Amino acid sequence: MILQVENPVVEVHDLTVSYDRKPVLWGVDLTLPAGSLVGVIGPNGAGKSTLIKAIMGLLPASSGYIRIFDQPLKEVRKRISYVPQRESVDWDFPASVFDVVLMGRYGKLGFFNRPRRADKDAAMEALEKVGMQAFTDRQISQLSGGQQQRVFLARALAQNADIYFMDEPFAGVDIATETAIIELLRHMRDEGKTVVVVHHDLQSATAYFNWVILLNMRLVASGPTDQVLTQEMLEKTYGGKLTVLSKVGDLLRKQEFPSREA
Amino acid sequence: MNAFWIILTGSLVATCCSLLGCYLILRRMAMVGDAVSHAVLPGIVIAFLVTGSRDSVPMLIGAGLLGVLTTFLIEFFHRVARVQTDASIGVTFTWLFAIGIILISMFAGQIDLDQDCVLYGEIAYTPIDLWISEDGWILGPRAVWTVGSVAVVVILFIYLGYKELYLTAFDAAYAASIGISTSLWYYLLMSAVSLTTVASFESVGAILVVAFLVAPPATAYLLTDNFKTMLLLSVVIGVVASAAGYFLAVWLDGSIAGAIATVTGLEFLLAFLFSPSRGIWMNRRKLVPSPIN
Repeated sequence: MILQVENPVVEVHDLTVSYDRKPVLWGVDLTLPAGSLVGVIGPNGAGKSTLIKAIMGLLPASSGYIRIFDQPLKEVRKRISYVPQRESVDWDFPASVFDVVLMGRYGKLGFFNRPRRADKDAAMEALEKVGMQAFTDRQISQLSGGQQQRVFLARALAQNADIYFMDEPFAGVDIATETAIIELLRHMRDEGKTVVVVHHDLQSATAYFNWVILLNMRLVASGPTDQVLTQEMLEKTYGGKLTVLSKVGDLLRKQEFPSREA
Repeated sequence: MNAFWIILTGSLVATCCSLLGCYLILRRMAMVGDAVSHAVLPGIVIAFLVTGSRDSVPMLIGAGLLGVLTTFLIEFFHRVARVQTDASIGVTFTWLFAIGIILISMFAGQIDLDQDCVLYGEIAYTPIDLWISEDGWILGPRAVWTVGSVAVVVILFIYLGYKELYLTAFDAAYAASIGISTSLWYYLLMSAVSLTTVASFESVGAILVVAFLVAPPATAYLLTDNFKTMLLLSVVIGVVASAAGYFLAVWLDGSIAGAIATVTGLEFLLAFLFSPSRGIWMNRRKLVPSPIN
């Protein structure tokens, strides 16, 4: 079930990405509607992170092309923001929370220019949005996992972008942070921003996203959550793996008593 | 006066090396300095054979090119052959250094260069090697001018590229996503390292260059959590080592470069023991149990 939309914000055409000539993503063809909160879901090694990295041009594509806001990537760089996986950086780096969030302004500043008052204000505002204003001068090595994730999110927010790509923002964070983050993402969606999130918890996926991409090296499905997260689609994505099937069962049970929080 | 020139040369080398070293250790590439400082040898010999003079400019160019080639090869073997970075560094520089040694030994009769001078340098001779203008003006030691101009270039480079260097060292993927070319900044940084190494080691020798590239930044890292402070502190630590090392050498009547490198090691040891945030001594004191109230 791959649903294509009119006037998409993201358009991926026949995308193939390989590492060492071994393809990790095969012929992905999808479009995403504006103002949606999108979940990218699939088993480990399915190419979820690869997909968002390739969309942002961080990995070279073996074939295919990408258009964002109906323009080539180069033209719209400044409107795109990225939240990498938390483990991808060294948290013992000599930097304060504020230093990291201010990095979100570097793209707009360009070469030579130093951050100005307006940039510092934007960074402060982003910190308030994630509830980290009390930690401004804190050394980043002294943060908990959830706080690190909030700092990364604040850095992306400081960019004031129109589309956000987030790699596993819910990995290893506590429930309070997870709730705070999802509230923030919903708020961003309601403001008309597009948020694409790599996620691997099927149970929360139904509640969190209004659009879901199911991936397992090939694109299995892309469409509104209620049409995509079905037993048939999930079996197609995860194959017949035992642990996964029990999860599918959990998910279906949950669907009988739908939560009304969305 | 000689003491002044020697300490000034040492301090200028320390400034360039420590500043760049801060970025290298945070990128976990501290040993690249080691690699570059050895791998430039064939470049120097070839530049000498081509031009037939020991003039600094062709040597700087020859060695600078080899330095950049070294960093390129390290990246290349790491990415294409998928060897670990440290293995890639090890293979590249020993191989290039060995070629340099063969070249020197083949043309030994014609070249006024030897392994000892390349490895250990001789900072004590810097006040003798004066730059005298055509009108007969004595403009001070040549080394001070070479290393001084490199110091100006390095400081300007870090001042202008501060944001980009900081971000690419911390989070390269994010930097790329906002349109900052990570490979451009990698090669700019590596070119600056090559330039510094090459300009410095004629006067101070490869071992002192490697010591300055790693020890002052590592010491500063133990002392502060703020990156700008780390840059400044590493320079101060390098300058202090140059001065203290000189007097230690005079007192011991030994090698100046060796004494300076020894002092950088001692400074690291002191920071390791007594750093307010990460020192062993301070942490032990913090671990004393306090009564529960």
